[in-house]
Amino acid sequence: MNRSIISLKNVSKLYHTKIDEIFAVKDINLNIEKGEFISLVGPSGCGKSTILSLISGLFPPTKGKIYIDGQEVTGPTRKIGYMLQQDYLLNWRTVEENILLGLEIQKRLTTKNRNQALHLLEEMGLTSYKDSHPNQLSGGMRQRVALVRTLATNPDILLLDEPFSALDYQTRLKLEDLVVETIHKHEKTAILVTHDISEAIAMSDRIVLLGKNPGHIKKVFNVPDPIRNSLPLKARNVPEFQNYFHLIWSEIEDDE
Amino acid sequence: MMNRYLTKGAKSEEHGIFLSKLRLNYIYIRITQLLLLIFLLGTWELTVKLKLIDEFLFSRPSKIWDLFIEMLTTGELQHHIYVTLLETVVGFILGTLLGTILATLIWASPFISKVLEPYLVVLNGMPKVALGPIFIVTFGSGYTSIIAMALAISIIITTIVIYGSFKEVDPNYLKLARTFGAKKHQIFFKVILPASFPTIIATLKVNVGLSWVGVIVGEFLVSKAGLGYLIIYGFQVFNLTLVMMSLFIISIAATLMYQAVALLESKILSIRNR
Ligand SMILES: Nc1ncnc2c1ncn2[C@@H]1O[C@H](COP(=O)(O)OP(=O)(O)OP(=O)(O)O)[C@@H](O)[C@H]1O
Ligand SMILES: [Mg+2]
Repeated sequence: MNRSIISLKNVSKLYHTKIDEIFAVKDINLNIEKGEFISLVGPSGCGKSTILSLISGLFPPTKGKIYIDGQEVTGPTRKIGYMLQQDYLLNWRTVEENILLGLEIQKRLTTKNRNQALHLLEEMGLTSYKDSHPNQLSGGMRQRVALVRTLATNPDILLLDEPFSALDYQTRLKLEDLVVETIHKHEKTAILVTHDISEAIAMSDRIVLLGKNPGHIKKVFNVPDPIRNSLPLKARNVPEFQNYFHLIWSEIEDDE
Repeated sequence: MMNRYLTKGAKSEEHGIFLSKLRLNYIYIRITQLLLLIFLLGTWELTVKLKLIDEFLFSRPSKIWDLFIEMLTTGELQHHIYVTLLETVVGFILGTLLGTILATLIWASPFISKVLEPYLVVLNGMPKVALGPIFIVTFGSGYTSIIAMALAISIIITTIVIYGSFKEVDPNYLKLARTFGAKKHQIFFKVILPASFPTIIATLKVNVGLSWVGVIVGEFLVSKAGLGYLIIYGFQVFNLTLVMMSLFIISIAATLMYQAVALLESKILSIRNR
């Protein structure tokens, strides 16, 4: 058995509908170590969300196997927190009730956990909206609430599907730092899906570049140490950053 | 005094003019409605008095009123109203409750739901009143048959409508709940049921009306008491005044009950969306 916390072996996924079959991803092999931060980048439709859903156990791969901590994935587990690409806040619940949903479902709604969730909400600058309903929030606020909801269950593994896409640049940079700090402090493992290459470089240890038709791994980049070792906001000012950005950029360009 | 009411809460003189127009219009509508009622009742009374129409067949408002007072003083009327109200309330609460439970069972198993679909469609299409004789044979000639009738009329449509709203919940919300490891019953109670809550409340309103139909028809068929019974009894002994009075009471009671449920609906929904 290898030591990887997440391990995908020859994973393929076909979506079946009544009239069609869509080859979403093909022969994905990927090992992720505990504490690693991985980014998935690639063109729209290359299967990034599909890969996260497969790892989370929402549905099984058509072929291949996925292991978490050496155990085959058969369904969603508490070890994983999955932030979906859309926020899907429940509009009849207040913000506070929304962020507690996961804890409620997992029957772990203790005072301590609740206060932790509320503390996260405060860090996202949303405490004053605690009693509001989702339809009173802007898109960026909703996304932050969804992020809190995911973090509130305190999972070991975080799957984040474009978690910052609706945020303004400033908030985005702030939250990048916040998320990376949280993840390092508690030795969590994370997979981030993003279309923003500089975000991927600034946050991750490794970047997995995917190609499409069907989705496959094109190339894996190891982010240089000086960038890795700084928080995202500072990382952008590390001398190597620009060169590295261009390296990945040209790789993606070649694709098209 | 009048002027003060008309312009109450005005932000400016123009706003005051606007508000008084609005309120005057409202007052005119109410006065006209009242006049229309007086006119209709008056015409009825007068045409009967002038023997233009037959008093034996159509009775007249003052006679109906006298009977109303008389039956109130003996306490007889209260009993009939109570019986019918009770049957209706029980009928529509049971109809909504059982319909929701049935919808839940169907939702829980996609296989059962597919199997039952054509049966529901046929049952829904059938005029439930036709089941009357079967209820009487099964439940005897008492309250049970009448409530069964009210239930029969509302339960199938309730099931269909509520199951429909369960199915319409965005599947992505179910996916969200599953990411936290939610079991089927948790998905139901945390997502499906609250999302369908407005529909359930709305069926409550529809079921009030349906239950009245069921109860009155039921009372026509079997009862010894109730407003439907008074109608049939009055008809049999050619006391048309009694029939007319019962009709008035039914329309007033049904309207009040509907308004009460509508009020309940807006209260509950406003609490929910604070
Ligand atoms: N439920 C589904 N049923 C059928 N096909 C699907 C389904 N979900 C995704 N697909 C298809 O699978 C492929 C990969 O989709 P996926 O959502 O994983 O892409 P993505 O990389 O996340 O794209 P984006 O960057 O736009 O979010 C696409 O061709 C998409 O049309
Ligand atoms: Mg996606």
